[in-house]
Amino acid sequence: METAVNAQGLSKWFGEGEARTMAVRDVSFEAYLGEMLYIVGPSGSGKTTLLSMISGILRPNAGKVMVEGSDIWSLSNDGIAEFRLNRVGFVFQDYHLFPRLTTVENVAIPLILKKKAWSEAVDVAMQYLEIVGLRERADLPPVKLSGGEQQRVAIARAIAGKPDLLIFDEPTASLDGDTGRKIVSFVKENILNEQRCIIIVTHDSRIYEYADRIMKMEDGVLKGIANGANHEK
Amino acid sequence: MKGILKIAFKLLVNDKGKFAALLVGITFAVFLIVMMTSMFSGILKRSSATVLNVGAKVWVMDPAVNTVANSIPMPDYVLDAVRSIDGVKYAVPLYSGGAQVKLSSGLYQSVTVLGLDDATLYGRPRLLSGNMEDIYAENAFVVVKDAEFRKLDNPKIGTEFDINDHKGVVVGIAKVTTSGLFGVPTLYTTYSRAVTYIPSTRFTTAYILVEPKSEAAIPHIENEVRKLGYQALTKDEFIAKISDFYKYQTGLGTNVMLMTIISFIVGLSISGQTFYTFILENLEKFGALKAIGSKGRELVFMILFQASFTALAGYGLGVGLATVIITLARLRLPSYAAQITYLNLGFAFVMVLVIAAISSYIGVRKVLRIEPFDIFRG
Repeated sequence: METAVNAQGLSKWFGEGEARTMAVRDVSFEAYLGEMLYIVGPSGSGKTTLLSMISGILRPNAGKVMVEGSDIWSLSNDGIAEFRLNRVGFVFQDYHLFPRLTTVENVAIPLILKKKAWSEAVDVAMQYLEIVGLRERADLPPVKLSGGEQQRVAIARAIAGKPDLLIFDEPTASLDGDTGRKIVSFVKENILNEQRCIIIVTHDSRIYEYADRIMKMEDGVLKGIANGANHEK
Repeated sequence: MKGILKIAFKLLVNDKGKFAALLVGITFAVFLIVMMTSMFSGILKRSSATVLNVGAKVWVMDPAVNTVANSIPMPDYVLDAVRSIDGVKYAVPLYSGGAQVKLSSGLYQSVTVLGLDDATLYGRPRLLSGNMEDIYAENAFVVVKDAEFRKLDNPKIGTEFDINDHKGVVVGIAKVTTSGLFGVPTLYTTYSRAVTYIPSTRFTTAYILVEPKSEAAIPHIENEVRKLGYQALTKDEFIAKISDFYKYQTGLGTNVMLMTIISFIVGLSISGQTFYTFILENLEKFGALKAIGSKGRELVFMILFQASFTALAGYGLGVGLATVIITLARLRLPSYAAQITYLNLGFAFVMVLVIAAISSYIGVRKVLRIEPFDIFRG
């Protein structure tokens, strides 16, 4: 399988001197296109910090994040922003949809940031709403949607820019168990493909069944990578 | 960039409550600033009404004169001395004083009387009706048709009245550029009749109006008049002197300045606070945009656009409201002094830009500090 991201010796600490807290310590791993990789572990284990470093959000204190042979953290601030815009799609835990924009306008945001004309961006966003089954809700504000629907809008927004790395932060945290499983199943069936790697941070064991591989973090250290139940599929 | 600005626009105007509060704050501030400065402009302009209406290029006066109404009469020899200055084409006396007019209704009305040089009538107003030559007729006066005209019971040509126990008759109705400040009607007559009809001190020449041979001669004339112990000022210098008196030697300037500052602070407080709350409420969303891939400068543009749009909309509404109020006030009160000038508008515009700049500066600082990682951490 082709490598999507290669993390090499990533470390991150916060604070200095006696107040220094080691969040992630010397973590190395590879994520591949076409796989759904879970990062799991208890609260405070460094999952979100690790996810932030490989997605161009948080600069590591040590180590590299190699994408197509280049360390993304050697790029300028604008270069990193371009990397996030063009290569990464985010589904935040609280979705972070814009309540003053319509659903379709929310989905169009990455396209607008990519300098697409407004009408063209909205047309394309409509196609992604179709994929997540919310075309008929396009003109509603997100606050009028259920939690599961908002999650799907956030997914549509994340994939609208055609990223090859899709990041989910605790995707089921705000959903009931059934809806959470449906969402992850939907992502597995409809969003994952050979040109895309999906990394999910979660401690919801009910959705482990959809993982290709599961990375276990503890106290900022990678404790191991196991094949998920879905690995053979 | 257009798409980003459209997002900024929708985030702003779709938050109707905050957008309305922002508009009200800026509109109110602009309205107050424009009203205050317009009233001040109107008062200053009217305080120089005689200077503007007479129109002489150079005015000779006692150096202690601060306003055109408070003239200090000069001895006759000054007129002869000024006429003999090299560079003076001609010089004529002007009488300026107050009198009481008894109307046919039996009521008394204070008036300003301007006595024009008998030989030249230099500084005469433009007549709406009547003939200027009739001013030489017995008891003749020309009445200015301005906001105060009605206080003389709207006289017509031929209307008679008493002025300081002399007969007076209206021989012309005149129009002038600007009404006076003190709300009294203005009568024009000849210099000789004015000094005859109105009790005076030993000296009667309030001002000497000078026509220089050229603009270049004015500094020399001013210098020579200074040697006589008097002061020669160009029309603009005299207007500036009167304005300075009202600005700095009365409480008027200070009060208007204080009110303008208070208006600015009120506008800044309402708009700044509301805009700050708006930014705080949207801070996570700006962080999300940053995480998605928006660059810092794009977020700065969004905030500047939101602040500028609100400021300009509020500016337009504030100026419009002030214009409506002044227009309505003039319909009811013809002597209402306020006037909106380009300077007032420019001043209010600068104040609004300052409000927008301060408000957006606070927002920009907040937004640039938010890290996408904070969005992940929740």
